[in-house]
Amino acid sequence: MKITLKLFATFRNGRFKVAEQELAEGTDVRQVVLSLGLTEEEIGIVMLNGRHGELDSKLSHGDTLSLFPLVGGG
Amino acid sequence: MRKVIAFLKEQTRDGLLPWSAQDATAQRFKLSHAAVELVALQNGLFPARYQRNRNMIQVDEQLRLFQSRVAVIGCGGLGGYVLEELARLGVGQIIAVDPDIFEEHNLNRQILSSPALLGQPKAAVAAERLAQVNPAVTVTAIQDYFCLDNGFELLAGAQVAVDALDSISYRLQLAEFCNQAGIPMVHGAIGGWYGHVASQFPGETTVQQIYRHWVAGKGIEQQLGNPSFTPAVVASLEVAEVCKILLGKGEPLRNRKLAIDLLEMEMQEISYAPAPVTLVDAA
Repeated sequence: MKITLKLFATFRNGRFKVAEQELAEGTDVRQVVLSLGLTEEEIGIVMLNGRHGELDSKLSHGDTLSLFPLVGGG
Repeated sequence: MRKVIAFLKEQTRDGLLPWSAQDATAQRFKLSHAAVELVALQNGLFPARYQRNRNMIQVDEQLRLFQSRVAVIGCGGLGGYVLEELARLGVGQIIAVDPDIFEEHNLNRQILSSPALLGQPKAAVAAERLAQVNPAVTVTAIQDYFCLDNGFELLAGAQVAVDALDSISYRLQLAEFCNQAGIPMVHGAIGGWYGHVASQFPGETTVQQIYRHWVAGKGIEQQLGNPSFTPAVVASLEVAEVCKILLGKGEPLRNRKLAIDLLEMEMQEISYAPAPVTLVDAA
């Protein structure tokens, strides 16, 4: 299956803004995060097709997955 | 009081009450500036200092803002701008909470800080600044940590809580407190070029959802720091939310979060599922 993967803020450094990814059926968000060399602790927001998603969410063909880093300053 | 109203009306020109008249009334009748402004607004007199608020804010709305109580948790990067903007907007009662004193690393962005004020408590400096900016505003300065245990004591009577904290764990406590207290929370966070804003109403869990992957520690602000402009942007968006919530106007960032990237100049909106409605057994 193919998904569109969008990275935001510091996740773009040394990677990309947007890319098409070919994934095995049944891949979840966590596997994509780890494949990027990111850790779960670095993840702020998971957005799946415009809505709040989970690390456990299973991906489907045609999905758009967006990942944002954790932001907590004031 | 009729004498006060008559005295104020005498000095109103073109529907506007000059500050000099508010000040003279306070001195002549030995009233606080807050008391004079309340009488003026209750009698439809628009203080001239708010004239550029018109006509997006009418006199009855200006009165509503003046009778509102807003708590700002944190008086640093976000909090300094939030406090300044709330006082200029005309929010009548402001609670400013911060346990810290100003330090040199605050000077690049915290609008309340200056070299002369290093070592001074942030909450007390905020109260002094707002007294200069708008003497009609009543500021309660609290030099203490906010937590779930002291929330009801610190934030008594607040209609909205503004998150200007720099810690995710305290933010989550504020979100929980606001749900217990039944008040809306305007959430903002920043790190480097990036920030986000959302408003959480009682019964909603937006802030908990935003930080549901959080385990411990800080976000990207730990590596990137914070520049002068990011807190100003996010704080201003937070104050716009407060203004709308107090006046019941517009569309707040409810069940959605606005993520701001000032490096690429992009804004993204993320939707959150509305909180489940608790069904009350009619029987």
